[in-house]
Amino acid sequence: MNTGLRRATRVTAFLSAAVLLVSACGSRTSDTSTGGTSGAASCVDTSGDSVKIGLLNSLSGTMAISEKTVNDSLNLAVEQINAKGGVLGKKLSVVTEDGASEPTVFAEKATKLISSDCVAAVFGGWTSSSRKAMLPVFEGANGLLFYPVQYEGLEASPNIFYTGATTNQQIVPALDYLKEKGVKTLFLVGSDYVFPRTANKIIQAYAKANGIEVKGEEYAPLGHTDFATIVNKLKGSGASAVFNTLNGDSNVAFFKEYKNAGLAAATTPVVSVSIAEEEVGGVGVDNLVGQLTAWNYYQTVDSPANKTFVEAFKAKYGATRVTSDPMEAAYTSLFLWQAMVEKAKSFAPNDVKNAAGGVSYDAPEGPVTVNGENHHIAKTALIGKVGADGLIHTEWSSGKPIEPDPFLKDYAWATGLSG
Amino acid sequence: MEALIGQLFAGLSLGSVLLLAALGLSLTFGQMGVINMAHGEFMMAGAYTVFVVQGVVADAGLALVVSIPLGFLVGGLLGLLLEVLLIHRMYHRPLDTLLVTWGVALILQQVARDVFGAPNVDVKAPTWLSGGVDLGFTQVPAARLFILALSVAAVGALAVVLTRTSLGRRIRGVVQNRDLAETVGISTRDTDRLTFFIGSGLAGIAGVALTLLGSTGPTLGTNYIVDAFLVVVAGGIGQIKGTVIAAFGLGLMQATFEYSTTASLAKVAVFVVVVVFLQIRPQGIFSIRTRSLA
Repeated sequence: MNTGLRRATRVTAFLSAAVLLVSACGSRTSDTSTGGTSGAASCVDTSGDSVKIGLLNSLSGTMAISEKTVNDSLNLAVEQINAKGGVLGKKLSVVTEDGASEPTVFAEKATKLISSDCVAAVFGGWTSSSRKAMLPVFEGANGLLFYPVQYEGLEASPNIFYTGATTNQQIVPALDYLKEKGVKTLFLVGSDYVFPRTANKIIQAYAKANGIEVKGEEYAPLGHTDFATIVNKLKGSGASAVFNTLNGDSNVAFFKEYKNAGLAAATTPVVSVSIAEEEVGGVGVDNLVGQLTAWNYYQTVDSPANKTFVEAFKAKYGATRVTSDPMEAAYTSLFLWQAMVEKAKSFAPNDVKNAAGGVSYDAPEGPVTVNGENHHIAKTALIGKVGADGLIHTEWSSGKPIEPDPFLKDYAWATGLSG
Repeated sequence: MEALIGQLFAGLSLGSVLLLAALGLSLTFGQMGVINMAHGEFMMAGAYTVFVVQGVVADAGLALVVSIPLGFLVGGLLGLLLEVLLIHRMYHRPLDTLLVTWGVALILQQVARDVFGAPNVDVKAPTWLSGGVDLGFTQVPAARLFILALSVAAVGALAVVLTRTSLGRRIRGVVQNRDLAETVGISTRDTDRLTFFIGSGLAGIAGVALTLLGSTGPTLGTNYIVDAFLVVVAGGIGQIKGTVIAAFGLGLMQATFEYSTTASLAKVAVFVVVVVFLQIRPQGIFSIRTRSLA
């Protein structure tokens, strides 16, 4: 009995090892085969009455929590476009791939979507590392990627459209707001990776030029769960506001610690750039009430387009669901692509790229316009305050869309940052 | 001066969190030699227990108090199930248990995701545990003080069970010499099951406590599992006092390094210290002397 079992487990172990080996080889062959086709011309098939698009979000792994919501709003946009007759008379047919929170998987799946599924455009990506991994794939195969998340700027690929904010549409307005409020001392807290490090470089340069003193700059490893020391340093620094670029679960631990240490939003407000409606519930409304956020869209934005978007989203996914900035940017990206294709009267990436400049759409966040040079979009910056209802309410608005400036060329204090 | 005391407390507090996370592991890994990668997921189950209880009991304080024994039960029963179904088939095969329990951990994470959704859930802290407690010379967070007390209580209770009860004598007997224990009529099967139940239950309690400090989500356990193993290995296999000293030592070290450098560097420094220490003393701070031939 016992030896029988032992043999059984040994066999299973062997089998699973064999499966692992085979799948490893499988992925390797697909890698090499894609290398050959990457330079080939687009194989998008537009002969039928439908056209394929790719949705590439992490549906598993650590990023699934955020990227699933983007996938939901993308599917809503597809449904709405198809209900109105599709794009250039062709229904959209969706090919969904899972990026699995791994940049290498993103690159691999992007290759598959472009070269073997022959999709007209790919929508997705979240982390900067996933975008950076996909960039050479899209440039090599001349595909189109619509990337829906705010990021650290300093990039402008001809094959990527960035529908989230770049730094001058999120971080710089947030700093303008703090300066307007008379904040003289800042404390910077961030996760230890590319976005917070770049953001803080920009903040340091801005602070230096505007007479704001940065009292401390602290980084926590991703997934860091104990903020006692960092909050201790923050408390001891006496800074009058905090700029928070922490990511994911660390926010929960940070805000709980912040509250436990006796700090309050009224005296030491925290401006966060990665807490949206979706995250408020997880951090706990009690821990966040009164804290500030910097985005370009909130569920509470008062516009007819947003009312329709929120109602349609809740009708499709449930009344308890919320809509957030990246979800809105993803939703908008699909309509922008539709407008580009219809302007170009073609699905070919080169035609779409040429038609892109000046294309605008009345998005839930307000009117947005594509910049033909850097492929970012002009968006209105909004500073929001977390309310007791768990939603974010606009405190301050830039009033009009801000032209995207991913390399901060038009800011004198930022010279030397992009180098 | 206040910063110094604040840091000292931060270190002790971090130590107590590590201790809670590692205490159960020191039983199942330290005493039984089972590498249980699902230990973190038992913590997650404990954390979700608070969330579920809060759905029934409106008062957050009462919910927390009820959740402590309930979390122990939930973690313990999950552990018992794992032991009976899988682990008992593979004692003395640490590599197999590692792989199997890792698979179980992934399954449990997905179950949590399917039941409670992928986003973190909001577990409210009782009003008497939010904010600080004034100790006269300095103010410390009440939640951290509570966790410190809870970890001391857990260690105390475990020590009493191990040294003063017949169950504890049986556990120690089986650890020191399994064959001899069997020949004097101790059912090692029952003892293994009970030990695993207690060890996993302690993980449940740790999960309950962690809701006061961090996020409650499907991946809660993975954030702590590596640190927990680190504590047990540094403390020495099979000794509760080693785990206690290692937990507080590592906690204080992390807090001190972090204050003078950065969080990332402190983590590196702590790992380096532990690796160097294990080079000099591979058996950890304490090791158990046994006459068993195994």
